[in-house]
Order: sequence, then structure tokens, then C-alpha cells
Amino acid sequence: MVLYGVAALAVCMLAGTLVGEVLGIAVGVDANVGGVGFAMIMLVLVSHWLRGRGKFPEPTEQGVLFWSAMYIPIVVAMAATQDVAGAIAGGPMAILAGLGAVVAGAALVPVLARIGSPAEPLPPQDADEKQEV
Amino acid sequence: MDTLVSVFEENDLVVAFALVGGLMLVSGWLSKKLSRGRLHGSAVAILLGLVLAYWGGTVTGGEKGIADFAVFSGLGLMGGAMLRDFAIVSTAYGVDLKEIKRAGLSGALSIVLGVVLSFVVGVVIAALFGYTDAASLATIGSGAATYIVGPVTGTAVGASSDVIALSVAAGLVKSVVVMVGTPLIAPLIGLNNPKSAMAFGGLLGTTSGVAGGLAATDKRLVPYGAMTATFYTGIGCLLGPSLLYVTLRAVVGG
Repeated sequence: MVLYGVAALAVCMLAGTLVGEVLGIAVGVDANVGGVGFAMIMLVLVSHWLRGRGKFPEPTEQGVLFWSAMYIPIVVAMAATQDVAGAIAGGPMAILAGLGAVVAGAALVPVLARIGSPAEPLPPQDADEKQEV
Repeated sequence: MDTLVSVFEENDLVVAFALVGGLMLVSGWLSKKLSRGRLHGSAVAILLGLVLAYWGGTVTGGEKGIADFAVFSGLGLMGGAMLRDFAIVSTAYGVDLKEIKRAGLSGALSIVLGVVLSFVVGVVIAALFGYTDAASLATIGSGAATYIVGPVTGTAVGASSDVIALSVAAGLVKSVVVMVGTPLIAPLIGLNNPKSAMAFGGLLGTTSGVAGGLAATDKRLVPYGAMTATFYTGIGCLLGPSLLYVTLRAVVGG
């Protein structure tokens, strides 16, 4: 049943978020520490385990894949609801501070990616795959 | 007209689905016609979304972009943190845990380095603009990390409300720049594999920025970048008002 996949996803997200909140309280910060990350790891482990036992059939899988396919439209909706006007109204200092942080962070990506064993690029997508979201 | 508006307002989430569908359709067409597919349809859609958000913000004076128009309020639900995180988690389905383990060290390192780096850049820029007190500097530095870390630090160290507002603006700029800029800089920084995506998520940290930027670059990288970015704000809130602020106060004195 498709809903089983959606429900599994929901349980993973709730559990992960809860872990992130508890971790935040434990280290004394008013923020969720890695909740989404924990949820993702849970989903990977749980789905892998269930698949191995034949308990994660195709329809269940579809319930997860539907939300994965909804990801880009959701991000587009997120973009349309950002406070872009507020960001620009912050003036040159806010713009420079934000921009500077991005440039500095991006510049270090190749340096950090070199730590440990090298990684191969993902296989290229063809034009249809790029459009299909 | 009134009937139309009330139907739209009562079914706001459904309006959002239709609206984003239309936006994606236009974006896919623009991507094919204008850039011959070089700029992904999703990148164009995110860009159009940001333009609409800017327009909505200037017309209504609100903080939720185009969702401040009541008929488009469903976009706020569709693009809000709940469904965004739900969709991000779902992208992890089928991810290879070996890839994550392989990038574990550089991923973890990138988070701490990313917070410290953003903080330092923010502090330096704030100092150039004439701020001298540790509380204001630390708040703007934290805002350069993410727009959540800024106010958390600002409140903790007792910064003034206009400085806190500036820190939020700095964080918003960062998130918007990452959304728009990632597909453009991806080839330059080797952002084409899970490992560099994890380093990218940790160094930039803004969940919305990384989520949008990687979606516009290559959707397959999203789970890896999101995995590290999700720890960033928490680490930032931990380090900002404590270690980073105390160190900064020792340097600038008060």
C-alpha cells in the first residue's frame, strides 16, 4: 500500500526531529541539531532492512518516491515565499556579509573534498532526465 | 470575482500545486528555448520563484514573499519547513550509506569550518562598516552563518534589535545567493559527486539555500548536501554565543 511508504517516511522524520530536539536540549541550544539528517539515516537503514526481508514492495516504495519527486516543486514554493525583499532591504552590509560567507565557503569545497579517498563524479544525466523532476 | 477569491483562499494548498505546476511548465520551456537546456528548468523555476517573492514582498510589505497575498497563502504551506523537510528526508531513499561514511570526516569537518568561516567573514565585514562592540560583531557574524544563528546569538549576547534585523538580512542574502549561484559555480568547485556535495552542505549550511541550490544543480546530490547542512544551524547556535563570542570579545575587548 502506498500509504505505508508515506507513513514510514513520516515516522522516520518525526523520530529524527525528536532526536535533533533532544540533542539540542542536551547541548543547551535553542535549535534542532541535525534532526533531518538523523531522519534520513533512519529512512535509509529502515528501508534497506525491510527491503531485505521483502517487506518493502513496489507500492510502498512509490509512497516514498512520490515525495522525492515533489522535492523540486516544494523547493520552488519555498523560493517563492522567501523574504527576498527583506534581504535586499538589509542594505550593502548585509548583502556583503551574506555574499562573502558564500564565496569563502564555496572556495573551500574542493579543499575539503580532497580529504580521504577521492570521489568519482556521478554519471552525466541526459537532457530528459534533467527536465524530469 | 469574490467567489473565485474565496474558492482560492479555501483551497490554498491546491492553488499552490497548480501555481507551481504552471511555474515549472513555463520554466522548462524557458530553459529549452533560451538556454538550450544548459540552465536546468528547476534552476529557472527557483529563480522565477525568488523574483515573485521579491515582488510579493515589495507590494505587500510582508515577510513571506508571494504567500503574503491571501490567495497564494498555500505556497507558504507547500514551501514551509514541514513539507520541505519531509521531501528532503524522502530524497535519502536509495542513498548509499557507504558514500556517506566515506565522506564522514570531511563532512563533519566542513560543518565546524563552515560556521567559523562564515562568522569570521561576517565579523570582518561588520567591522569594515564601523561596528566595534563584540555583541554587534558576533551577531552579524552569526547571521552570516544562517538567519537562525544570527538572532539566537544576538539575543544571547544582548545585541540591539536593529543589529539582529541586519543579521537576519545577511542570512537571507546568503540563502538566496546559494540558491541562485550553486548551479553557476558547481563546475568550478567540482560539485558533481556525493563527497563534494557533503562538504558543500557543511560549508554553506543554510538548509533552504543548499536545498534550492543543489536542486537546481543535480537533484541526486540533494541528500548528501542536506545531510551535513542540517547539522550546521545547531552547531552554529552552539558555537556563536559561546566559543566564538568569547574569543571575539577577547580580541576586540568588550
